[in-house]
Amino acid sequence: MKQPPVPLLVEGRRADGRAPDQMRDVRISVGVISNADGSAMVSYGNTTAVAAVYGPREMHPRHLSLPDKAVMRVRYHMAPFSTKDERKNPAPSRREIEISKVLREALEPAIFLEQFPRSRIDVFVEIVQADGSTRVASLTAASLALADAGVPMRDLVIGVSVGLVNGVVVLDLNGLEDNYGEGDMPVGYMPNLGRITLLQLDGAWSRDRFAEAVKLAVKGAEYVYGKAREALKAKYFEIAEEVAK
Amino acid sequence: MKYVSPRQVIFPGDPVATSDESVEGAVYIDEGKYRASSIGLVEFRDNKIVVVPLEGSYRPKPGDVVIGYVTDVLASGWEVDVRAPLAAWLPVNEATAKYIDLEKTSLTSLLNVGDAVIAAVKDVDLTDEFPVMLTLREGERLGKIESGLVVELSPVKVPRVIGKKGTMITTISELGCDVIVGQNGRIWAKCPGPEAELALLQVIEKIDRESHVAGLTDRVRALIERYKGGGSARP
Repeated sequence: MKQPPVPLLVEGRRADGRAPDQMRDVRISVGVISNADGSAMVSYGNTTAVAAVYGPREMHPRHLSLPDKAVMRVRYHMAPFSTKDERKNPAPSRREIEISKVLREALEPAIFLEQFPRSRIDVFVEIVQADGSTRVASLTAASLALADAGVPMRDLVIGVSVGLVNGVVVLDLNGLEDNYGEGDMPVGYMPNLGRITLLQLDGAWSRDRFAEAVKLAVKGAEYVYGKAREALKAKYFEIAEEVAK
Repeated sequence: MKYVSPRQVIFPGDPVATSDESVEGAVYIDEGKYRASSIGLVEFRDNKIVVVPLEGSYRPKPGDVVIGYVTDVLASGWEVDVRAPLAAWLPVNEATAKYIDLEKTSLTSLLNVGDAVIAAVKDVDLTDEFPVMLTLREGERLGKIESGLVVELSPVKVPRVIGKKGTMITTISELGCDVIVGQNGRIWAKCPGPEAELALLQVIEKIDRESHVAGLTDRVRALIERYKGGGSARP
């Protein structure tokens, strides 16, 4: 077991000063890329993901289209400048290809793909800055971008991570806790429907800790969902205020 | 039971009403509740709740008038971009009533890549290679666009350009422009002069941006009055 450079948890405070059940500062904006049909930028502390959605549009090459529903393609990618120490090789790594698939499978249950047979929906997620929990920040950004594009969906999918640090369940892991913690559990949650679309887990967890972690993830997701709604509303309310002037 | 109030902006997943209510528009049913499937605006229309989507793409259906750009010329027709998620096709026999000898005449003499056409959707058939079939023969004022300009706005805002019982389009006609609204969010217009063109562009931009704020027709009318008063349409 690697030793962390600073203690991860001292008297109920984490290395960055947070309580175990506290999110980092969440900042969300919608409609940040005018070329895309829909877009969003989501920051959890120093982790920032930008998502852009194109479509539904014609599927090329045609033989890859499906007769009964749309094909969703997700690309998760970390910018070369997104990491702290060494430059990240811009070529998609094994890890990025896997996360792309994981994100696609976390988004698909929320989307009415069957309304767009023979079409495709492209989702691009770029990690601009990475400090832990990038896949869940990407999930939130992607689902907001899909909503912004007007793709019919059952609910937003909000991503949050929970982890195990010194035997304590903590919310929203940062890079340090991600590297040195004992466990990591990313969750994708549909807040209106109360359903989970993504659940991964590593590390050794007891049954009680796991149950506690799911509860904490839901609580975290509901907090982020509040911020997400504000961001979506802002787009329309700013126009309304401008008109009222 | 209703969970929403009129003119409320709602987001995907938001509950709209229980399934015994009458609800239309961008909604779906999940466990006995209507929920919004898109960012939308709630409207109450004679005992019905309608969720009008504020974002979304064009979905072609037979009878729609659309404005498209020719993207390819093939052996017996043209491929046309109509902003739909499905490929659209205009066959020669739907483009002209005249007999065309395909061995002697080049199709580019009728329509070439980049040309804009006003067409009607004849059929949508998912089993075809080009699912959207277009026609220039079944409707009035269809054909190649020779002059004027084409403006784009979000396809979901097209009903607002026309307005309830055509109120908005009547207001817009005061600019003196000849206007054809494509269901795919492209609008063709031919105006008496560049000032009217500019005013029309501003009107359409206003409708695209501000359709969720009450009193849209009045604001558009004010903009047009300002134009007719000889002043700049920009406030």
